[in-house]
Amino acid sequence: MSAHSQTLRKPFPANNLARLGWVALAVYTIYALSALDITWDRFVMGLGNGAEFLGEMIPPNFERWKLLVENLIETVEIAIIASAFGITLSLPIGLMSARNLMPAWATWPARTVICVCRSFHPVIFAILFVKAVGFGPMAGILTLIFASIGFIGKLFAEAIEEISLKPVEACKAAGAPFLSVLIYAVLPQVLNRFIGFATYQFDANMRNSTMVGIVGAGGIGGTLFAAFQRFDYDFLCTILLSIIGLIMISEYLAVKVKAVFND
Amino acid sequence: MTDQHYEWERFTPAQRLARFTIFLGIAIGFMLSLRTVEIIPEFLYDAPSQIGDLFARMWPPDTGSYAVNIHDALIETLNIAGLGTMLALLLALPVGLMSAKNITRIPALNWFAKLILVSSRSVNSLVWAILFVAVFGPGALAGTVAIGFRSIGFCGKLMGEALEECDPGPIEALKAAGAPWTSIFLKGYWPQIAPAFWGITLFRWDINVRESSVIGLVGAGGIGVALDTALNLFRWDEVSLILLCIFAVVIAAEILVTKIRERII
Repeated sequence: MSAHSQTLRKPFPANNLARLGWVALAVYTIYALSALDITWDRFVMGLGNGAEFLGEMIPPNFERWKLLVENLIETVEIAIIASAFGITLSLPIGLMSARNLMPAWATWPARTVICVCRSFHPVIFAILFVKAVGFGPMAGILTLIFASIGFIGKLFAEAIEEISLKPVEACKAAGAPFLSVLIYAVLPQVLNRFIGFATYQFDANMRNSTMVGIVGAGGIGGTLFAAFQRFDYDFLCTILLSIIGLIMISEYLAVKVKAVFND
Repeated sequence: MTDQHYEWERFTPAQRLARFTIFLGIAIGFMLSLRTVEIIPEFLYDAPSQIGDLFARMWPPDTGSYAVNIHDALIETLNIAGLGTMLALLLALPVGLMSAKNITRIPALNWFAKLILVSSRSVNSLVWAILFVAVFGPGALAGTVAIGFRSIGFCGKLMGEALEECDPGPIEALKAAGAPWTSIFLKGYWPQIAPAFWGITLFRWDINVRESSVIGLVGAGGIGVALDTALNLFRWDEVSLILLCIFAVVIAAEILVTKIRERII
């Protein structure tokens, strides 16, 4: 009887390695908290400040709605132009970096471009472009073009590398030139995913174009940072609310566009 | 026998109209934006020479400043990313549970959770950092909380989706056996969402390393503070070294995440 029960497998065996991992995580947390000088007192003090801050933010101040609307329009314009150029450019770059279609001499440069675009946060690009082309929406547009190439280029290249090669071989066997192979054998397989990436990137560009203004690259971010520095917290609240509203609208539109193309 | 012809069409007229409307909308939006956005062409013409000038000033990087200004700031950045990710997971778990329709069966709560997730994602990490610098004062605490709040949307959304995809079989079995709520979660849901959970954690940590390298620009700690100082002092050779260091850390984090993912998933 007892011999029989010992041969049964335990339903939830203890995993010592996982336990060790949790302990290591706890140790790291304590180390990091002390290294960053984060203490409970500071946190509680901050909560008091936070309550005061919120009190000054509410009610939101809609007096300067004209400035707000102008900035919102500029933000949307930056996002639209940057998405149009960025998505268009990332199509050939993504194609070029797909290892199953292109020879090594084409994939290496394309992959380097994508890697450089991806490696830095958009804000860092924004700083450099503000120095290069001056303050204003141009720097923001250039920044977001780079960000779009980095993101969609990579995903698109991965999507192409996952395609079935049978239609490609069929086209080649029938003697189709390279461009026809791309249009009739490769693109139909990845078009839906590309539209998905493109709508996502438009959304991401919209979010980021609200932020590049903080370093002077146009859009609502500049006004937001100025309001923060002048302690206009009630106007800050208005700007935040309008940003959230804008993003919600663009997310809703992205879902609608995807639904149209996915059936 | 009728000799009626059938035309096979891939899309219905309504679908074609919808597609056409979208293309038209994109074209109009693009044209309007190009016409009204304020771009000064003169600035664009001399951009290549300006960028060339910038790179000339950046080279060679000032390697001597690494030990003085950069090393500690880099470690601080990594700590902010790590702690911020943990804070995000802690906060995202209840929101994720609340947003999953198969766990929380109250539509109002689902809706409320979605609102939290969207708000967290719409506010950029730099903007969160500005807000928390106002609350906690400049420093790493503000940065950590900002990274955490920014990540709730991402982690919560993906966790909610993972929970909604759970197989209800084991859950029903546990419920039928009279298991308490904690056991249902730990033994029914957790094993099913664990791979997704670790994937989300790693992915978000990788993103947070990038994000925490710039939040210092608004005073929220990390390498961004060093970058901001160097930029304000026009010490371009130090700026280039900082950029190279950020690049190295970001690439290292990405390689690490890829290796761990291969091991555990």
